[in-house]
Amino acid sequence: MKQFKKLLALVLVGVLCLCCFAACGKTETTPSETPSDNASEGTAGTLKIGAIGPLTGGAALYGNAVKYGAELAVKEINAAGGINGMQVEINVQDDTHDAEKSVNAYNTLKDWGMDLLVGTVTSAPCIAVQAVAAEDNMFMLTPSATAVESIASPTAFRICFSDPNQGIASADYIAAKELGSKIGVIYNSQDPYSSGIYAKFASEAEAKGLEIVAAEAFTEDSKQDFSIQLQKMKSAGADLVFLPIYATEAALILSQAASAGLETKFFGCDGLDGVLNVENFDTSLAEGVMLLTPFAKDASDEATQNFVKAYLEAYNNDETYLIQFAADAYDCIYAVKAAAEKANINADMTSSEICDALVAVMTEVSIDGVTGAGITWSADGEPNKAPKGVIIEDGAYKAMD
Amino acid sequence: MQFLSFLISGLSLGSVYALIALGYTMVYGIAKMLNFAHGDVIMVGAYLIYVVSTMQGLPIWVGILASVVGCTVLGMVIERLAYKPLRGAQSLAVLITAIGVSYFLQNAALLIFGSSPKSFTSVINKKPISLFDGALVISWEAILTMIVSILIMVALTVFINKSKQGKAMRAVSEDRDAAQLMGINVNRTITLTFAIGSALAAVAGMLLCSSYPTLTPYTGAMPGIKAFTAAVFGGIGSIPGAMLGGVLIGIIQMLANGYISTQLSDAIVFAVLIIVLLVKPTGLLGKKINEKV
Amino acid sequence: MNEKAIKLLGGKRPKDKNSWITVSIVVVLFAVIEIIKGTGHISNLLSGLLVPICMYITLAVSLNLVVGILGELSLGHAGFMCVGAYSSALFSLVTKDAIPMTWLRLILAFLIGGLFAAVFGLLIGIPVLRLKGDYLAIVTLAFGEIIKNLVTILHLGVDKNGIHFSTESIAALHLEEDGTVLIKGALGITGVPKSSTFEIGFIIVMITLLVSLNLINSAKGRAIMAIRDNRIAAESVGINITTYKLFVFSLSAFFAGLAGVLYSHNLATLTANTNNFGYNMSISILLLVVLGGVGSIRGSVIAAIILTALPELLRGLSDYRMLIYSILLIVIMLFNASPKLVALRERFSIKKMLKRKKEAQKEVRADG
Repeated sequence: MKQFKKLLALVLVGVLCLCCFAACGKTETTPSETPSDNASEGTAGTLKIGAIGPLTGGAALYGNAVKYGAELAVKEINAAGGINGMQVEINVQDDTHDAEKSVNAYNTLKDWGMDLLVGTVTSAPCIAVQAVAAEDNMFMLTPSATAVESIASPTAFRICFSDPNQGIASADYIAAKELGSKIGVIYNSQDPYSSGIYAKFASEAEAKGLEIVAAEAFTEDSKQDFSIQLQKMKSAGADLVFLPIYATEAALILSQAASAGLETKFFGCDGLDGVLNVENFDTSLAEGVMLLTPFAKDASDEATQNFVKAYLEAYNNDETYLIQFAADAYDCIYAVKAAAEKANINADMTSSEICDALVAVMTEVSIDGVTGAGITWSADGEPNKAPKGVIIEDGAYKAMD
Repeated sequence: MQFLSFLISGLSLGSVYALIALGYTMVYGIAKMLNFAHGDVIMVGAYLIYVVSTMQGLPIWVGILASVVGCTVLGMVIERLAYKPLRGAQSLAVLITAIGVSYFLQNAALLIFGSSPKSFTSVINKKPISLFDGALVISWEAILTMIVSILIMVALTVFINKSKQGKAMRAVSEDRDAAQLMGINVNRTITLTFAIGSALAAVAGMLLCSSYPTLTPYTGAMPGIKAFTAAVFGGIGSIPGAMLGGVLIGIIQMLANGYISTQLSDAIVFAVLIIVLLVKPTGLLGKKINEKV
Repeated sequence: MNEKAIKLLGGKRPKDKNSWITVSIVVVLFAVIEIIKGTGHISNLLSGLLVPICMYITLAVSLNLVVGILGELSLGHAGFMCVGAYSSALFSLVTKDAIPMTWLRLILAFLIGGLFAAVFGLLIGIPVLRLKGDYLAIVTLAFGEIIKNLVTILHLGVDKNGIHFSTESIAALHLEEDGTVLIKGALGITGVPKSSTFEIGFIIVMITLLVSLNLINSAKGRAIMAIRDNRIAAESVGINITTYKLFVFSLSAFFAGLAGVLYSHNLATLTANTNNFGYNMSISILLLVVLGGVGSIRGSVIAAIILTALPELLRGLSDYRMLIYSILLIVIMLFNASPKLVALRERFSIKKMLKRKKEAQKEVRADG
């Protein structure tokens, strides 16, 4: 028995050593492979884009949406001749919405030979990754990490609105359109996204003269029963309930609100997008729900319609992941394309050179994307685009105004 | 009125916890193992109803039947493949295997059904009852949950106390070796326990998802942990204890939510658990085991 | 007295040789990796995994002290790690400018993280260690969850009027214009200097290993194991059970706190959720201990290395990664612990066969 254990230990250590050597081998070959590729094929080489997001675990919906959206854009770009003649390769790695795993995923991508990063999808892991990326001087553009610190480093940009922006925009929107005066809020106190929006919303609402009559939190471990929170909204006499939360919980809240007899308006942010995609969800429950989102799949503008059409064709009419995150990721890839073309990126550049070049031109780039027309960036990495208000009518999004 | 409404929410949630806790406690009493995969059997049960009734459009009772049968079989298969070979091994080894099974079920569901949440159609489709001009609203799901839970608990108590199989189960939980000497087939009794526990999990899955209609591969995990807490709270191994523990945990959680803080309700539930265990180290209705020297 | 008592109880003195093998494995691995790193042949993934591996080794060894040596099941180990991570991160954040020497700040951070965790271990241990078996397990789980829950609602800020504290929101801190928010509730702590390195991780692992192995091989350690093997007998020969239990529990918490410091100084963000400081993490650590062998420090080290690397190496399998991981877990457990398989393995083990042969020869000789 002891002998066996010793043997096992030795074998396992051996395997580990082998693994690390195997990994070493990989790093050595990757850079040399790319130039030889151009030589043989006579093209301008490849641009390797890495992406990181939760493909499994509780937040998997968002990671997968980004994966689908980004891969669609890459396919289109490659079909149209690539970026500066380079074919684009994309590699999406799973981080299960965990900061430590996210950094591991980042390192895996670096071993793969990533030139720049689209990601990460969720806020907290993104904060960890942007710090590492800043050390490596790696360019990153996140489709959906909304926390302020997610793009703290000078090499990080985002295409979505930040949490404070969403909170302020929501309060302004509600005040300007006079949607309600007694506001109730239900938010996830353990989620940075949700509590981040709520914090700014609360201060902005006060400034705009909106009265917050009840603010109730829920936590990651008890996000199934909302009867208490809804009961309190009712007792406080709220006429509009603000939900800065994700669609999974929102679907629960809406159905429980119906059974609790709560008849108020509901207003949400981009996380609420996807509520109609919850399979088998009774969309009549979401009737009249308003949300601020840069993307609504039923919007009538041309960009959205083209994207939706292309998406459905590419994925056999499967709408599961056709949410804002997919659109954000799609725009991200096109933003990278626009910036890369402006900066004249070529395959011989290292990721650090690419980063310097892209950061230099990022503030001059302007793209007309699915999530907004004429998106530009400021030097701190924040995008400038107009928020869109949509309302759910007859089970579909309709643009407000 | 608010209190009454909180109490009803608590009772309804607690009944579901109680049903799940019964599965934990029965398996613990008889096989002396913490079956951490129990929560995920609930999730499988709910997906089975979803597949049969919502996707295939069959009547809801077919879905429920399929779910109960499916979970029973699943419970027996898990027991046979993963736990039976470990009979007589360290209890920690069994615990880790159970965790492995739990990971397996979650990830298998993730592969089959994908990560996007599914909305579960409630098994009853009725408008909630509104009392006192809408000041008190009771959903039919809550009523159904409580009625079903009470029925099941009564039936289970009768089964355990009166039937031959039930007596065999009690004998095995009391003293496995003695039971074997008395001619009781211990292996079959353990399998039966897993079958009953898993069937209860299927029912719990149906009730849970009717009240809280979002279904993901991780739906069962947290209720599983809460129900495990409830089982220990009531005294693990004790069937009335599991029922009492489940209902109490549900009520405490809801009242803490309502009157103290929604952010702290979990901490409060766990704090109450700790206090109870410090006063009564084997839970509310648990038996005190004297150590043999 | 103790030495004698343990002899009376039939306890064996473990061979010191085993400990040296464990330590030398770690030192050799460290040297090999340093050489690979020095020559620049290390993959990014591996170099990124080095600090987490050190952290998991520390965690596994420290939990093994409780589970393997003390014989109590704890499911709240991540809670202590959380305490260590948060207290040290807060310290480093506040003193980032005040103490310019990174090494000094780091040493202090490790001390603070470890001590805070140890104090929590002591405070929790006093009531909890009265319980036994699965009841102890659930109460440790409950404490772990409470710590995690409290940390996520904690808001802390500082301005010229002093320190502000709130459980509600950042706005409720009512900070002056020049104030800074240190702990942002669910967003946790951001901006902790990233100062964990592989070398520091190695030092922490060595400290943990040497202290643990020393303890196990000392008279104290044998007294503790006597408690595990037969509490009543141990008590009857005058071993003070409560003191020893509390000692091991808080020592283990101290090491978990050190691991927490490694964690919080390795990532730019520190948030508490189920996967890093909740029961999922506690269970992951327990997995390392059980797969490595309960009571075997070397096993914990090896299991921590392999199980941290395994999910990353399985990345190529994409969607099937975690499914295969879970199947591997079940199979390994069955293979290692199933009584039938163990018996089967022993029957076919080479060493046993040789031994049997020898014995048979001996018998023949004796007969002749």
